[in-house]
Amino acid sequence: MVAAIKQPGWIRGTLGALGGAAFGVGLVVALRAISGLEIWQTEQTGYPHVVVPLITGPLGFLLGFGCFDYWLRWAVGAPTIPEDHSQHGARSWKDYFRFNTDHKVIGIQYICTTFFFFFVGGLMAMLIRAELAQPGMQIVDAGTYNSLFSTHAVLMIFVFVIPVFAGIANYVLPLMIGAPDMAFPRLNALSFWMLPLAGLLFIGSFLAPGGAFDAGWTGYAPLSTGAPLGQSFFNLGVQFAGASSIATALNFLVTIITMRAPGMTFWRMPLLVWANLSTSLLVVAATPFIAGAQFMVLLDRVLGTQFFQFAGGGDVISYQHIFWFYSHPAVYIMMLPGFGIISEVISTHARKPIFGYRLMALALIGIVVLSYSVWAHHMFVAGMFSWLRVPMMITTLLIAVPTGIKIFSWLGTLYFGKIHTYSTAMLFALAFIVTFTIGGISGVMLGMVPIDIHVSDTYFIVAHIHFVLFGGSVFTIFAGIYHWFPKMTGRMYDEKLGRVHFWGTVIGTWGTFIPMHWIGMDGMPRRVADYASQFGDWNLLISVCAFFLGAIQLVFLYNMIVSWRFGPRAEANPWRANSIEWQVSSPPPVFNFDEIPRVVGGPYEFGVPGARHAIMPGEGAEVAEPEPSVVGQA
Amino acid sequence: MTGRLPIAKMLAATLALAAAISAVMLSINWDGQEASTAAPKIDDLLNVMIVLSSFVFSLVIVMLFYALWKFKAKPGDESDGEPIHGNTRLEVAWTLIPTVIVLFAAGYSWSVLNAIEKTEGRPLTVDVFSQQYAWSFGYPGKGNKFVEGELHVPVNRQIKFKMHSQDVIHSFWVPEWRVKKDNVPGITTTATVTPDKVGTYQLICTELCGFGHASMRAKVVVEPPAQFRIWVASLKETVPPPYMESIRQDTETNPVEPVGAGGA
Repeated sequence: MVAAIKQPGWIRGTLGALGGAAFGVGLVVALRAISGLEIWQTEQTGYPHVVVPLITGPLGFLLGFGCFDYWLRWAVGAPTIPEDHSQHGARSWKDYFRFNTDHKVIGIQYICTTFFFFFVGGLMAMLIRAELAQPGMQIVDAGTYNSLFSTHAVLMIFVFVIPVFAGIANYVLPLMIGAPDMAFPRLNALSFWMLPLAGLLFIGSFLAPGGAFDAGWTGYAPLSTGAPLGQSFFNLGVQFAGASSIATALNFLVTIITMRAPGMTFWRMPLLVWANLSTSLLVVAATPFIAGAQFMVLLDRVLGTQFFQFAGGGDVISYQHIFWFYSHPAVYIMMLPGFGIISEVISTHARKPIFGYRLMALALIGIVVLSYSVWAHHMFVAGMFSWLRVPMMITTLLIAVPTGIKIFSWLGTLYFGKIHTYSTAMLFALAFIVTFTIGGISGVMLGMVPIDIHVSDTYFIVAHIHFVLFGGSVFTIFAGIYHWFPKMTGRMYDEKLGRVHFWGTVIGTWGTFIPMHWIGMDGMPRRVADYASQFGDWNLLISVCAFFLGAIQLVFLYNMIVSWRFGPRAEANPWRANSIEWQVSSPPPVFNFDEIPRVVGGPYEFGVPGARHAIMPGEGAEVAEPEPSVVGQA
Repeated sequence: MTGRLPIAKMLAATLALAAAISAVMLSINWDGQEASTAAPKIDDLLNVMIVLSSFVFSLVIVMLFYALWKFKAKPGDESDGEPIHGNTRLEVAWTLIPTVIVLFAAGYSWSVLNAIEKTEGRPLTVDVFSQQYAWSFGYPGKGNKFVEGELHVPVNRQIKFKMHSQDVIHSFWVPEWRVKKDNVPGITTTATVTPDKVGTYQLICTELCGFGHASMRAKVVVEPPAQFRIWVASLKETVPPPYMESIRQDTETNPVEPVGAGGA
């Protein structure tokens, strides 16, 4: 028992969480007693007895779970634990529930955790559509409805789309660049374990008095600063999700910049690596802004600061500027990794080099730069200085150019190729091109101020965001999961079920989100539990399609679980791809490579006679080395 | 590379598909009834964008499905495609042409924006007050007459709305007028519209403002000037003190007289 308490793990983690929470309550009680304040009064004071433990409890869990053990020993000068690789790799399913520093284990942990939140968020979407199937109020009351769509969006954005891309890249990227692991494996593990804490805070807010946060995922002040306790759960959940995101982005940046295999110049990196490089540049610079915005809201709520209270000299609109300075780049954080996945899948299954590889990489960088200069297009009707609208409109429309380059280059890649469509990954990649084009077109329209004035905050926005985030990001996530499933699990998935899932998802997506454009333009505002009866028929159709779309995801879940357990064994390289992760076994060895491979050419040299991307250890002799040899960096 | 593709036929198919999509899309009145001078201008802009977008969408569809039809691998064919790495002229084209299109769209939007926000004649100023979950209105030029839940304006005269919120952010939207503006606590926001059709419409709150958001509506009546004058004269109440206070203290972010690019 004593040993179990001393060992990092779930017992110590639970004790840490309880201890941390008790410490937080004690701190508040002690400080209030010292200050001569009423010790337990809470309602008017923003519930510090709950808010402080919500910070110290999760930190106590991370401490107890062992996320800081190595660093703390080092920091206090105690002898560090010799690295015996016991925290590396998974020998049984239990190892996925431990503090594990193997990027492959962490990748799987990320993907499974985020898909759990995807299904919880999806269930909320089903409740939302059940309420909206008919005009009037049927299933939930208006307050609960506001909580449902707020939590749905927050779960999907902060603990599904953003981190699932981090998960896929965590697994694939080090293998792809020929690295033995990420640059900072312990930081990588810490990043992962902050994520379920964020998700639990979001979901846990339903237990708070007054219900879950209900000011939308945007949490505009002063609605959010005056909201019940649940809003603080959101403010704090974003801190954990954001810290996780920033730490992972730093990890990716250092890994990509310093740990590429010898010979892998920037212009030989697969586009997935370029995409994650770009995404990480966005995350490290933009995410602190949402963390800051939510901290300011929290301080307004708990400490009575007046950042966004006009009566106290604060400025209401500045919340939106800070929020969107992150949250517009965030839509590219949720899209660029998907662009990378699509490039890998299309090139491999069309057996063709990527059309215009360098322009594809430069387009990613162009999007990064431009995406910092467009945030106020979310605020055309917000009452900000009106002169800011036209410049933001021009930059917004210009960002369509690099995005268009990517669409046309994927199409160009298909030409004179040998297109194989047997893989569900390729089907999702091709469908992505079409649905994302629709989302891009509605995005250009929204960028135009006069049109935006009419459709801002209507169902047209809901349609646009779901076409780019579901028809866009989620399609690329499915493509990525299907594409690398054999590599991650060592098993093949069932293509027949994959096709059912694919066609169901495409039909469900179009049926659900296309009519939303129409009712939005025709006058239906967003974020309403009840609406004018003239929109009843369309909403019923949308709800039916949404239920179908939700149900078809269960086919995906079944396919993944059953194939992981019982699927036929996968070869090392079932898609005959060139990049390095396919040159090792499926699943890869615990330490990835016995010896670091050497990169001698581009990653997409399909059809080029004699071309190679990488030379794996032990097979170097037969290929002429075109470059001066570089000593391995390991 | 392009010499081996039926470019003329693909272009013809794109144009045909774009024409078909445009024809269907333009036959539908997407934005609903037009009841202000701004509405037809915004709807024309939307229609131009629908035609341009139909072309872009058709181009993608034709390029995609032609490739899928022509370059699909035969069963059992394990060979690779042709090692084509790109085509500088094509890449320049699909960088420059979209740039020209979006710059055109930006310029056109800018001119529409200027047109719909231009001051015309002597506008009638109306104060808009919003709070959870109700609208009320004041008429400063008419002795600060005040009314709750029902907005009356004369037809064919420009109205300048000065908006104030007492609690959280609300947003003022009359879909038939194509005008929307947030009401923000602490500042005065402005919107301009010239209603040109007599009728009854609905004012909808479009910024989430709490559990009563969905029901935060008000009746909008556009009537001939003579009838409007009678209606205003019949009002008994004047703007109550708390609302007068917000008119006095709210700062105006976009004064009618320009104060230079840096703003006030």
